[in-house]
Amino acid sequence: MTNPAVERYLADYRAVEGRLPGALLPWLKQAREEALARFAAEGFPTTHHEEWKYTSVAAIEKQAFRPALAGTAAPADALPWQLGGASHRLVFVNGRYAPALSQLLPLPAGAVVTSLGKVLERSPQLAEPWLAAGGGSFADLNTAFLSDGAFIQLGDGVAIEAPIHLLYLSTGTGLAMHPRNVIVAGANTQATVVEQYVGLNGGAGFTNAVTRIAAGRDARIEHCKLQQESAQAFHVAAIQSVQSAGSGFTSHSLSLGAALARNDIATRFDGAHCETTFNGLYVAGGRQHVDHHTRIDHASPSGTSREFYRGILDGNAKGVFSGRIVVHKDAQRTDASQANHNLLLSREAEVDTRPQLEIYADDVKCSHGATVGQLDENMLFYLRSRGVEDDLARNLLTYAFAKEVIERIRLDSLRLRVEEMLISRMPSREQLKELI
Amino acid sequence: MLSIRNLQAAVEGKQILRGIDLEVKAGEVHAIMGPNGSGKSTLAQVLAGRENYEILGGEVSYQGKDLLALAPELRAREGIFLAFQYPVEIPGVSNVYLLKAAVNARRKHNGLPELDAMDFLALVKQKMKMVEMNPEFLYRSVNEGFSGGEKKRNEILQMALLEPKLAILDETDSGLDIDAMKIVADGVNALRSPERAMIVITHYQRLLDYIVPDCVHVLSQGRIVKSGGRELALELEARGYGWIEAEAGTTQSGAVK
Ligand SMILES: Nc1ncnc2c1ncn2[C@@H]1O[C@H](COP(=O)(O)OP(=O)(O)O)[C@@H](O)[C@H]1O
Ligand SMILES: [Mg+2]
Repeated sequence: MTNPAVERYLADYRAVEGRLPGALLPWLKQAREEALARFAAEGFPTTHHEEWKYTSVAAIEKQAFRPALAGTAAPADALPWQLGGASHRLVFVNGRYAPALSQLLPLPAGAVVTSLGKVLERSPQLAEPWLAAGGGSFADLNTAFLSDGAFIQLGDGVAIEAPIHLLYLSTGTGLAMHPRNVIVAGANTQATVVEQYVGLNGGAGFTNAVTRIAAGRDARIEHCKLQQESAQAFHVAAIQSVQSAGSGFTSHSLSLGAALARNDIATRFDGAHCETTFNGLYVAGGRQHVDHHTRIDHASPSGTSREFYRGILDGNAKGVFSGRIVVHKDAQRTDASQANHNLLLSREAEVDTRPQLEIYADDVKCSHGATVGQLDENMLFYLRSRGVEDDLARNLLTYAFAKEVIERIRLDSLRLRVEEMLISRMPSREQLKELI
Repeated sequence: MLSIRNLQAAVEGKQILRGIDLEVKAGEVHAIMGPNGSGKSTLAQVLAGRENYEILGGEVSYQGKDLLALAPELRAREGIFLAFQYPVEIPGVSNVYLLKAAVNARRKHNGLPELDAMDFLALVKQKMKMVEMNPEFLYRSVNEGFSGGEKKRNEILQMALLEPKLAILDETDSGLDIDAMKIVADGVNALRSPERAMIVITHYQRLLDYIVPDCVHVLSQGRIVKSGGRELALELEARGYGWIEAEAGTTQSGAVK
């Protein structure tokens, strides 16, 4: 392979491998090199790959990002936002854990909430099963360069009441960050994790995150991801969950920032009676490109999945939604539904939406619906005929469109934050704020 | 107050209004009747400023202003109110947002301070009582899942709050039982005053037992083909529209005799 981008990453790896966390662990070195070899063989995906048909990553490939190392972590001395109420907070600056900005509340016995870097230093065997190579080119790149991230482990029966807030701040330009998060929840556990990505000063960084989640028997895990990187940033992220019998996994993906954002969110039911809800909102304007690929594997019987995704696209923005639901042969009594609705606010905005159902069982309830539309003229006229200004009427209807997804976020302060961020993009924000 | 001269309008390339002339003075109530498809709702929507109707000709002056030059929201703020024949459902926009936005837009336009949340709620609850609407409707999405009668009551509630100078009611009585119709009529009558005017579009003369009009007009094929007093409505009820259309040469076939 003589792809210059690939060569560059190989050279970068050689240059930094000794300084990556866990550099002395043979198993990790092996995983990194295996991942790197796979990445070298595969290269970056192109639009000829079925899964990347509507999203070109040429802009990421072209740019020579520098790997973010411990020394590149510029100090961020203020937090842009905090989750309201009691919460555990792990802050990462340019991909590295920043203890000074972090704050952990007392934890119940049997709970571990820490940084992956620390785990690799002190008890690497805890992390080993979760750092294997595989999962596609970007995940492999992440494994090769993984530097830090959150490590959360819950012993059987452990519930963490306060949400765990993982805040990733990027301050630099031209840095590549490869955070890796691991959430391992035993039987009958409960936790809520908020993963938030914030660009602090408009730098065009590249975040390539991987989050692996294992939900044990009857566990209840809620994962919220809020992506608000700068409009020049590149963001690629995978969230991969595996569920044991009776467990519930909820994923919220709220994608507002970045020039290019790609989210792969997947769960697999490895036992009967699992439940999952995928809730998502993407908002893009200008030349932003936002892509969600979701996948739910009903690999066991009697599982329930619900998927609600909405997109709002303005300017020359482009949205992509691909929702795959695979009902495996033995997954009888599966109940799955998926909805993706898109609102185009300009003539130039575009969206590609593809529901993909693969059903190999016969006793199955499956439904899906996808729409792409503009603001409803009848609704607009109704509001205007009551004296509401055209702009405000449009903003109010746009807000109402998003509200269905936003209302499903259970954490009050996060819900309000997302609502505020949505409204702050609107021309009539002041009037709208007064109204609602 | 309102003066319509030779108004012609089309939708999707099809001419619907073929030269309407109508004078409405302050203090008056005009009823407009006519068969389905004759253009009653088109006239109402054109007056409210619906943009997908193309104005082919004619003039409308409202309180001395060129009405057709005003955006719909400005017409509303200037005191025009249309109670829709088919009020639209707006999921996710709660009724209270709409009412508050509407009331305050109007007040601001008139140089009045906006109402604060408390004063607004007190006012709205008083009006809801009048139209016999449960206050819980405030927090539901606009018209979403409302019955036909509830939607019409919501229109009257908005009218009562906005206190328009010119109210246009498009078949607000259709599909209502007699009690609900009385509520609508009471809402309208409460607003009647020497400074206000109303255009009441209806199919049934029974509404006119409660809202007694000064004039009755018959619309057929996009024209007002007959105007008269209250008794015209009774005659229409008894004899239908056929005789008028025959007289005017505007039967549905469009044949001119
Ligand atoms: N948006 C529209 N698109 C196409 N035709 C329309 C539209 N609105 C009204 N029309 C047509 O205009 C004519 C008059 O309709 P309307 O004004 O609703 O009549 P009325 O209210 O008297 O029953 C009808 O033939 C109707 O089909
Ligand atoms: Mg009509």
